[in-house]
Amino acid sequence: MQPVILTTATRYLMPMLLLLSAFLLFRGHNLPGGGFIGGLVAAGTFILHNFAFGVQETRKLLRVNPLMITATGLLIAMGSGVVGLLTGKPFLTGQWITLPLGKGEGLHIGTPVTFDIGVYLVVIGATLTIILALAEGE
Amino acid sequence: MNTLIAVLVGVLFGAGIFLMMSRTPVKLIIGLVFLSNAINLLIFDAAGLTRGIPPIIATGAETMAGSSADPLPQALILTAIVISFGVLAFALVLFNRTFKSLTARDLNELKATDT
Amino acid sequence: MISTAVISGFALALFAPAIHRFKPAWSGGIFALLPLSLFVFFFSCISEISGGVEIVESVSWAPQVGAAFSFYLDGLSLVFALLITGLGTLIIFYSGGYLHGHPNLGRFYTYMLGFMASMLGLVLASNVISLFIFWELTSLSSYFLIGFDHHRESARSAALQALLVTGIGGLALLAGLIMLGLAGGSQEIYQLLGQEDIIRSHPLFVPMLILVLAGAFTKSAQVPFHFWLPSAMEGPAPVSAYLHSATMVKAGVYLVLRLSPVFAGSAAWHTSLALFGGVTMITGAWLAIVQTDMKKLLAYTTVNGLGMLVFLTGIGTPLALQAAVVFLIAHALYKGSLFLSAGVVDHETGSRNVRELRGLYRRLPLITIAAVLAGMSMAGLPPLVGFIGKELIYESVLSAPGPGQLAAAAALLANALLLAATGVLLLRPFFRRSTAETDSDSGHRVSIDLWLGPVVPAAAGLALGLLPGLLSGTLVSSAATAVAAKHVEVHLSLWHGITPMLVLSLVTVAFGCALYVAYISKESLVDRWRWLGSAGPDRWYAVGLEALKALAHWQTRLLQSGHLHHYVLTIVLTTVILTAVTMIRLKGFLIPSTDLDVRAYELFIVILMILAALVAVRAKSRLSAIVAMGVIGYGIALIFVDFGAPDLAMTQFIIETMTVILFVLVIYRLPRYRSISGRGSRLFNGVVATASGVLMTCLVLVAHGVREGSRLSEYFATNSLLLAHGRNVVNVIIVDFRGMDTLGEITVLSLAGIGVYALLKLRPHAGIKGEKKQSATSELEQESTDN
Repeated sequence: MQPVILTTATRYLMPMLLLLSAFLLFRGHNLPGGGFIGGLVAAGTFILHNFAFGVQETRKLLRVNPLMITATGLLIAMGSGVVGLLTGKPFLTGQWITLPLGKGEGLHIGTPVTFDIGVYLVVIGATLTIILALAEGE
Repeated sequence: MNTLIAVLVGVLFGAGIFLMMSRTPVKLIIGLVFLSNAINLLIFDAAGLTRGIPPIIATGAETMAGSSADPLPQALILTAIVISFGVLAFALVLFNRTFKSLTARDLNELKATDT
Repeated sequence: MISTAVISGFALALFAPAIHRFKPAWSGGIFALLPLSLFVFFFSCISEISGGVEIVESVSWAPQVGAAFSFYLDGLSLVFALLITGLGTLIIFYSGGYLHGHPNLGRFYTYMLGFMASMLGLVLASNVISLFIFWELTSLSSYFLIGFDHHRESARSAALQALLVTGIGGLALLAGLIMLGLAGGSQEIYQLLGQEDIIRSHPLFVPMLILVLAGAFTKSAQVPFHFWLPSAMEGPAPVSAYLHSATMVKAGVYLVLRLSPVFAGSAAWHTSLALFGGVTMITGAWLAIVQTDMKKLLAYTTVNGLGMLVFLTGIGTPLALQAAVVFLIAHALYKGSLFLSAGVVDHETGSRNVRELRGLYRRLPLITIAAVLAGMSMAGLPPLVGFIGKELIYESVLSAPGPGQLAAAAALLANALLLAATGVLLLRPFFRRSTAETDSDSGHRVSIDLWLGPVVPAAAGLALGLLPGLLSGTLVSSAATAVAAKHVEVHLSLWHGITPMLVLSLVTVAFGCALYVAYISKESLVDRWRWLGSAGPDRWYAVGLEALKALAHWQTRLLQSGHLHHYVLTIVLTTVILTAVTMIRLKGFLIPSTDLDVRAYELFIVILMILAALVAVRAKSRLSAIVAMGVIGYGIALIFVDFGAPDLAMTQFIIETMTVILFVLVIYRLPRYRSISGRGSRLFNGVVATASGVLMTCLVLVAHGVREGSRLSEYFATNSLLLAHGRNVVNVIIVDFRGMDTLGEITVLSLAGIGVYALLKLRPHAGIKGEKKQSATSELEQESTDN
């Protein structure tokens, strides 16, 4: 039997929480937040889902094995390090491009941001791997 | 406040060590958590405490205000928190596995070096 | 070009198994092409080198410690390089026939070529550090070669013995070479050679001499380290021929000759070399006679030869050094040939026992010729190169400074014993008519890859004996010049007229023959001496090794009790005591000033946390301990909030929640909470834990006092926005300034995830899921009702 309040609440909370996690991730460079925190929030969201609907449902929702998410995250993080390498700088040197927004302001997009996305994915993947595997039991 | 945190670090550390020396597996793991918390707090405190102002560069400013908290220990601790969670999970499952396959409930029963 | 010569051997060694698999029937010949071409190359250098040119090549390696891969080719190196590549060609070719069809033959070539390359590197190295590296590589590859038949226990223990003895010597050598480099102000040997006055007056001269000699003596099997060499005969015949006659054991001799200009002139050097060499040559020859196994017998004659070389270097006159170089060449030729012959005998008859073998000349005529020629050279009979060598030895001992008669007597005794040993090796096995055997065995055809190896060096020994001019003008003089550090004129000839040396030679022959006759008639008496081979150092080695193992076992058990409690206790107590003692001694416990700026809510949080810690310590159930743990975690998050660390606070909140979830998921699977420890040990643990806590508190307080503004933090604070376009300095440090650390950390996190997954999901026997869960849950319920 599924707890009604929890399932209902989860249904409404999930999109908001995931949005929050993405928000935390992207604002992290300038305000509190970042890949670690965002990733933990996202992982927490799925764990909430797991408690409400059970592991099978959560795995269905995720579609991929969380280990794949971990691996993708690591690859993205390393890949953003390679970008610096390609320009002849040491591994992981930040590379930025600035998109002009007018009025002397600009939007900075750079490899540290993609690196943070990698961190975000690794945190989600590793946390979910652990919790889901434990929740499933043996 | 520094002094108070220092005392707290000592208490947490001592409690962690005490639990780790126990022969019950769960106590050992809880001791591990205590220890990592104590160390995080130690780094935080040893670097000096600054009330209230996070290490964030204010809009319009180019550099961080001098009165802000020290960002370096925070960066160290942030990753440490997440990692200790991973390590804790691993330790927990490893212990679980070991005690199940050896059907031991006392850490002293696990003294062979090559089982 | 020289460095290419060295590297090519290693490169081919890497691909040897693949090439062997591709063409197993031809591999011996294919691999022999490399040493052959290297031989041709070094041969072409002869005229240049004997003209006085020295070739130096250098590749920088670690300039901070003065280490470089530098190579240096002069007369001495050239002689060794020619022997290594020349014999290497024959022996690798021979291996193809000897080990034909062996399943691990490809691997054997790897070891053999690797060994050859390391040996070449050793004799060509100019830098003492690279010399040491190659020195150790020869020990290592010989370990693999001796233990090639690793399914036999005796082969394994012989390999280990050789490795341990030469390895320990190698360490001593390293220390000696470093001291030498420090004293001489250079790591390059050819630069050290000009510094002998400074080195000789250096305070570290005696230790450095002892250490270098320890290295050389272990490698070159001088008494009392001679025992590993006969044991090393466990390796296949080509290995014995190559490593333990012609090359590896000569490494020590090479070292002694190479450094001779630096050390010569000190009495300690001459005395110790002559003494050890003299004892070794007599011991080796004596122990050779009493052997019945051909290879063992040859091994002891090698010990004799090595002793002779060291002895001559110890005498150190230009004449003696010249004799050493000639004897070196002669010895390598005849010993290589004899070992390979013994290998063929073993291969064809299945026996190596000199008491049992009979009438080999009928079955193996070609091998007989080779063995006899080589044997005559070993016995020092004309017209072979061994005779020239022996004449030179007598000439040099007669003119030697110091107790010349004693030296001459020792050399005479050693040579006579050697002659008798040659008789034991050859006469009966090859020429005594067999009683049982029929003529059907006669003229057994031996394939070319087996006979070429023994025949060529024996023939070379004959050719050099008949035409000594081939050696004298070029190779020997430049090598002796290099060793003596001044020009040495060399005139070699077979016939000098009636000289004291000839008389001594005749006496040697007569004495040797008498010894042989005595041996034949009193065989049982001889057998009584055999225990000498296994007594003494060999026994000490065995006892020492056992003692070392027992010590290791004892100390492992002492330190690794297997009780986690003991480990924690050891670590904590060591830390506490060492730190506390140091702090008290340096008066570090002066706590600067107490900061009592505490607000009420902060005090409340901290007291709550301290209480929670006490609850956790005294908790009787798992749940209450976990709740206490949660209180502390959230308390820390609140502290982070209070002191300007919003990132940390958020992370801590979420992680704490996850940790509690984690525990709840796992807890019912873990053993229940119990108090197992007794009251006394709990009290003791409490005292230790309190001490560690107090120490930590003190350390934190002291840390406040010594803290200075961190330059790093300042840099981050200034450059975060300008360089990394981020306002959240913490995040910028994580993803940009210290990105490499973060990458490592997320890798650890991934590994933890994979580890948990593997432990839970990948298991050989999956349990019955539902049932287990049920019983575990009921246990949890039971516990909560208990409380």
